[in-house]
Amino acid sequence: MELALFVILAVIAVIAAAGVVVSKKAATSALFLLLNFCTLAGLYILLNAQFIAAAQVIIYAGAIVVLFLFVVMLLSPGKEEGQDRKPYAKISAVFLAVLMLVEVGYVLVTGVLGGMSGEYTPEKIAEVGNVQAIGQVLFTDFLLPFELASVLLLVGIVGAVVLAKKEL
Amino acid sequence: MGEALIHNTIRFILLFPLLGVLINGFLGRKLGKRVVGIVGPAAVGLAFLAACGTFWGVTQSHHAVVNTLYPWITVGDFDVSLALRADPLSSLMTLVVSGVGFLIHVYSVGYMAEDERFTRFFTYLNLFAFSMLLLVLGNNFLVLFVGWELVGLCSYLLIGFWFEREAPAEAGKKAFLVTRIGDFGFALGVMLIFATFGTLDFDQVFEHAPQLLSAGSTLATAITLLLFMGAVGKSAQIPLYVWLPDAMEGPTPVSALIHAATMVTAGVYMVARTHVLFELAPLSMSVVAWIGVVTAFFAATIALVQNDLKRILAYSTISQLGYMFVGVGVGAYAAGIFHLTTHAFFKALLFLGAGSVMHALSGELNIQKMGGLKDKIPWTYWTFLVGALALSGFPFFSGFFSKDEILWKAYENVGFGLWLAGIVTAFMTAFYSFRAVFVPFWGPSRLDKKTAHHVHESPRVMIVPLVVLAVLAFLGGYLGLPHFLGGSAVEGFLSPVFAGEGAHHAAEAGAHAAGVGLEVAFLGISVVVALAGIGLAYFMYVAKPTVPVALARGVRPLYTLLSNKYYVDELYMALVVNPLKGLAGWLARVFDARGIDGLVNGIAAFFGWSGQTTRKVQTGSVRNYALSILLGVVVLVGYFVLR
Amino acid sequence: MIPSSYYLILSAVLFTIGVIGVLVRRNAIVIFMCIEMMLNAVNLTFITFSRYLNSLDGQIFVFLVMTVAAAEVAVGLAIVVSIFRLRETTDVEEINLMKW
Repeated sequence: MELALFVILAVIAVIAAAGVVVSKKAATSALFLLLNFCTLAGLYILLNAQFIAAAQVIIYAGAIVVLFLFVVMLLSPGKEEGQDRKPYAKISAVFLAVLMLVEVGYVLVTGVLGGMSGEYTPEKIAEVGNVQAIGQVLFTDFLLPFELASVLLLVGIVGAVVLAKKEL
Repeated sequence: MGEALIHNTIRFILLFPLLGVLINGFLGRKLGKRVVGIVGPAAVGLAFLAACGTFWGVTQSHHAVVNTLYPWITVGDFDVSLALRADPLSSLMTLVVSGVGFLIHVYSVGYMAEDERFTRFFTYLNLFAFSMLLLVLGNNFLVLFVGWELVGLCSYLLIGFWFEREAPAEAGKKAFLVTRIGDFGFALGVMLIFATFGTLDFDQVFEHAPQLLSAGSTLATAITLLLFMGAVGKSAQIPLYVWLPDAMEGPTPVSALIHAATMVTAGVYMVARTHVLFELAPLSMSVVAWIGVVTAFFAATIALVQNDLKRILAYSTISQLGYMFVGVGVGAYAAGIFHLTTHAFFKALLFLGAGSVMHALSGELNIQKMGGLKDKIPWTYWTFLVGALALSGFPFFSGFFSKDEILWKAYENVGFGLWLAGIVTAFMTAFYSFRAVFVPFWGPSRLDKKTAHHVHESPRVMIVPLVVLAVLAFLGGYLGLPHFLGGSAVEGFLSPVFAGEGAHHAAEAGAHAAGVGLEVAFLGISVVVALAGIGLAYFMYVAKPTVPVALARGVRPLYTLLSNKYYVDELYMALVVNPLKGLAGWLARVFDARGIDGLVNGIAAFFGWSGQTTRKVQTGSVRNYALSILLGVVVLVGYFVLR
Repeated sequence: MIPSSYYLILSAVLFTIGVIGVLVRRNAIVIFMCIEMMLNAVNLTFITFSRYLNSLDGQIFVFLVMTVAAAEVAVGLAIVVSIFRLRETTDVEEINLMKW
């Protein structure tokens, strides 16, 4: 059961990703991206990270993709891209990327994935619910990063406003 | 008592000429010709007085006295000080150098009176006096070498004194370069001495020489031959004599002082000083003697047919230097030094006399264009005659005694062949000396009208030194009488320096040991030979003046060969100078300009090129940068994967 | 439970596609989208490990990554907009003043 779900979701994710890269129009790429995010949210649920899945949908699919679409619409969406003068860059990029994939794949398949086993087994999490479990850890062990993240968001807002102004 | 006197006077021998250089050099222009004309000769005159003081001190003390002026270099094992040595040999040399030098300085005041660079002349002349005195007074090889090089420099400066003309400038260069070749050998010899003995001090080297250098060893021969190479250059022997005739382009007082009386004798002095080393290398001594006699013969043949008065005297100097080397080469050091002394007197006299003739004739030097001058410039004539008599070895004049001493010792210590060559050269010497007397001074006048009109005797300041030198040329011989007439005072005086030499060679000369009778016979032969030479000259140039022309025509090839100096200069140009010039030109134009500059410029160009090429990495395109990041990632991950 | 390597390989593939997208496309906005895709691939890896190592640290990390991604997108798109105002184009090849 899990495997079937995984396979379906994985295939759709990969196709969507390919669609993002390949589509001619920017708007189409954005929509494919949306599809990719949603399949990933499904995969998160499979991995017992419900909160994250919800956050994925809200933040990524709901805000970021929307933002992308806004900008795409704003900036002359119809223009086609020109032809590259020198195709060797494209070919070498693809080649290198595939090479990297092969390397990583080799490690993943042959290596032993270690790491300390933690204490939060799925059963333990299920006792309090994923959200509460995350909340507990977030506000105790990871309080500082949490606060810094809020500062970061503030900086992001200010920066975005400043950069997008017509006159500084 | 003698030692104290020496220590008090010896440094002044050097100090006065040095002061002369500084005063004339820096203040000469301001002081003017009159003052410089007094300061210059005075510097050397005072040095002469100091030399007399030292001489007196030497006669009082019974051993060599060393006066250290300054501990010069002390580096590790290398220890040399600026030390002066007062012993019979050096004090005799200083007397000759400063005495004859003083007379020549006085003469120059008159001779160079018209010259613009009068003060510079005296600066250089004083510098020369200083250098030569440093050379003969040094107590170690390094001070000797410093003096050696300095006199070479002064020679260059003074030969090329009139450097606006090409001939003197070229002659100066030639002198310096040719003697440099000899100096190179000399420097190698000094270095070899240091390597062998670990010291350059005379006393230490000579003391340890018998232990460290076995008699006849290659090391001893090598050292002495290298030292002799320096002498060959400086004292104009074969094959490095070619600079001396050209050096006659310099002012005549220079020719008299440097190229007759003093600098060229430095080689003889050096061999005499290092005789301990030479005695350990019999091969070198033969080389010295034979080069001496061959040079003497060779130069005399060239002098027979020269027409330039100074050039006759130049070749005569080369020939007489050959005699001196025969003297020291056969072990008769005192005889060689004695001839050096008498030669200084009469050769300086002859050169100054030639200068006086030039002065009278407004610069004419070709004897074929002179004639009948003996009545017009009597003082010059009579002093010149005395000089010629001394040079020919006429009885009772100084040259007679000194030359004869050398010839006798050559026979006694080596053999008949050497003596015979010497005697034949003596005949030629007498002949060309009197050719140089009869052609310019006797017979009808061949002067052109303008010169004849201006003929006048030289001023007193030039005549007086001539007279003094004439007296010395006549009386100087009595310092070195042969054994049967009382013994040589010079030899006695110098015996502490050359002690043991007489005994050494007396044993060797056993085969040729001869009695008084043979010595008198040889003396008689010398007299006959000298008179024959003079007589032949009289016959050819006074009695029957057509003979020389007919003779020249008769042996035309030989005559041409001789008057072109055996084409030696041309030979050297072709074999040595031009190939070296070609090599130098090639090195300058090709190797240096293209090779080395190319290498240096090439390195600079390389950096420029690499910069130009590398900057193309900055394409400005972010995608390329991202690609390179990906490449880096792939490489790094690959490395860790494969590890 | 399916082996973790399945998820990880999927993540690697998504990452690679993102890389290719960044290098191949010329529209600045599409490049940005591919960068977001790369970030998501990494998020997937984190979640996978969080699941298979029984730890919540991975999920916290993903949470923070999302925060950062959001801020980054905002600022990045603002930059793209201002460049567009200047140059009238979103083609990255046109933005090459820093050439040699």
